[in-house]
Amino acid sequence: MASQPKATPEEAVEQHSRERESEFSTMSGHPIAPLYGPETAADPEEKIGRPGEYPFTRGPYESMYRGRLWTMRQFAGFGTVEETNERFHYLLDHGQTGLSTAFDMPTLMGYDSDHVRSLGEVGREGVAVDSLDDMEDLFEGIPLAGVSTSMTINAPAAILLAFYVLVGEKQGVPAEKLGGTIQTDILKEYIAQKEWCFPVEPAMRLVTDMIEWCSQQMPRWHPVSISGYHIREAGSTAQQELAFTLKDGFTYVERALERGLDVDDFAPRLSFFFNAHIDFFEEIAKYRAARRIWAREMRDTYGAKREESMRLRFHAQTAGVSLTAQQPLNNVVRTSIEALAAVLGGTQSLHTNSFDEALALPTEEAVRVALRTQQIIAFESGAPNTPDPLGGSWFVEKLTDEMEAAAYDYFARIDELGGMVEAIRRNFPQREIADAAFTYQREVDERRRIVVGVNDFIQEGEAPTPILRIDPALERKQVDRLQATRARRDGVAVEAALTELKGVAAGDANLMPPIIEAARARATEGEMVAALQEVFGTYTESPVF
Amino acid sequence: MEAATARKIRVVVAKPGLDGHDRGAKIIARALRDAGMEVIYTGLHQTPEQIAETVIQEDADAVGLSILSGAHMTLVPRVVELLRDQGVDDVLVTVGGTIPAEDIPELEKLGVAAVFTPGAGTDEIVDFIRSGAAERHAQGS
Repeated sequence: MASQPKATPEEAVEQHSRERESEFSTMSGHPIAPLYGPETAADPEEKIGRPGEYPFTRGPYESMYRGRLWTMRQFAGFGTVEETNERFHYLLDHGQTGLSTAFDMPTLMGYDSDHVRSLGEVGREGVAVDSLDDMEDLFEGIPLAGVSTSMTINAPAAILLAFYVLVGEKQGVPAEKLGGTIQTDILKEYIAQKEWCFPVEPAMRLVTDMIEWCSQQMPRWHPVSISGYHIREAGSTAQQELAFTLKDGFTYVERALERGLDVDDFAPRLSFFFNAHIDFFEEIAKYRAARRIWAREMRDTYGAKREESMRLRFHAQTAGVSLTAQQPLNNVVRTSIEALAAVLGGTQSLHTNSFDEALALPTEEAVRVALRTQQIIAFESGAPNTPDPLGGSWFVEKLTDEMEAAAYDYFARIDELGGMVEAIRRNFPQREIADAAFTYQREVDERRRIVVGVNDFIQEGEAPTPILRIDPALERKQVDRLQATRARRDGVAVEAALTELKGVAAGDANLMPPIIEAARARATEGEMVAALQEVFGTYTESPVF
Repeated sequence: MEAATARKIRVVVAKPGLDGHDRGAKIIARALRDAGMEVIYTGLHQTPEQIAETVIQEDADAVGLSILSGAHMTLVPRVVELLRDQGVDDVLVTVGGTIPAEDIPELEKLGVAAVFTPGAGTDEIVDFIRSGAAERHAQGS
């Protein structure tokens, strides 16, 4: 077969004019050229390298999934700890390899279940945990020595970590043997997820206290999961997700260095959490660019010597916002595409959303399909057979370079504002995200972007999808549990522990030890947060839209 | 007609409860503003009491409650009740968020004028508020 003769420039223009659209772009609005070829390729030695080697563009480990598959980690939590403990056992019985805990809104905001602001919210969007009693029951029958646990909580993270450490202690597992991750990423709360307890500065101190304490006491624990997921869900572009997340990460590194820690003592335990959205190649490029930027900055800017400090590892979750309430079974397909992007982008663990999540928390059946989706990718698709199978693709390498350049543009703008904390005070990332979310929504409204089943290919008269209902009686049950704890415990010891906590908060010492002691005395989360707020104050946003 | 043009439609966009999902609320707030309305966005984590007070103080024509936490059957009735207790019965109350279909009739029975669920277009929402508020103006309130 003779090869096709090359198109002349005139023919190329002619071909371009026959294209379906005048412009092609990613869902983030990044332009896509008619064709990518060797003339657009990056320097392979400096920028791409090999898997497991600096700059880790092709993956954090040499053999990637040939050595070990990603951890299949479905986020779960609803009702009281008893319902969630059952769901944990269900997931482990179906082949899940790690646990991931979703807490309810009052727990995320530091309110006890009987607080007036918790009314109607208890156990709705996650599990309610008020005290060590709840945490013990949450992990009943699950040996903590053999499981890695992720906990999605930020403002009061130190308190939940203390609960977990004490559950380990009760099971005879010392803190140094506990493996897992707690999110703790407070900067993205102010930017996007908006669940806070304290003003920015004391919140940053708490994060740094946790990094410091874990680097000494919990060598197998990830004290911070630097998260772009919520930034993206709030409506950012892929470029903003990448840039703001990495900049948040650098900010935590800077705080820990200011504390006097050695970068190589704590940086290996920092991990990341990214969104896996529907624009397949853009997402893969995002993960590859993230690894390269982190490696370079850790080595060249922050003086890391150990490769572990430069090696970015991440968890990914498919995009909740990409799911549609219309024709919900289509969401299985969306989630598959997103999960495959995360795998081809080299994720270390993955949560796949359930198809009914635009409607409510997922049913057991929907969760099982989501987990099966990962198992099909892992065991049937062949995708894990070789590291970074898309490495060297002219398109993917070029997109990776462009993603990196976009991130550095944002770094420069944030630095001009005086760094991330100051940028947040000035609403800069918040405004960028709100603008991007609005632009995208207009494109959908005007049908410049098609969302199947929503603004095209609509089906009338759909049958309703069965959804999980949270029994309102669970709120009462949780309030009863909490009041039983209060009745049982030694009130004098609780008061003493809370007084000690406030004393330490007013000084400079690490807050983890007094938080653990208060947790041991069965002080509740809400009591500890309130005690800290007496010293630190609270946070109020001045929103922009 | 003149009365309607003399006074801009005033809308309170509110986030009751503890959930921090403000993407939708902010998009709607901006779309209403771009459509020429006066928009007061309460910000996050508002109690029903705070929202009712804002609606009354701002003399709003409409209030949009955005809830994605599943707490709508607790929080929406409370806002409606507080408004009614204070003699406010002509404000157009709408709800947006992840509201299961089976909850919608009950919310409507309470006096909620419309519930907008995922996938609703901003134009649809703007048109609904505009015509609802026009009715209110026509009734001379």
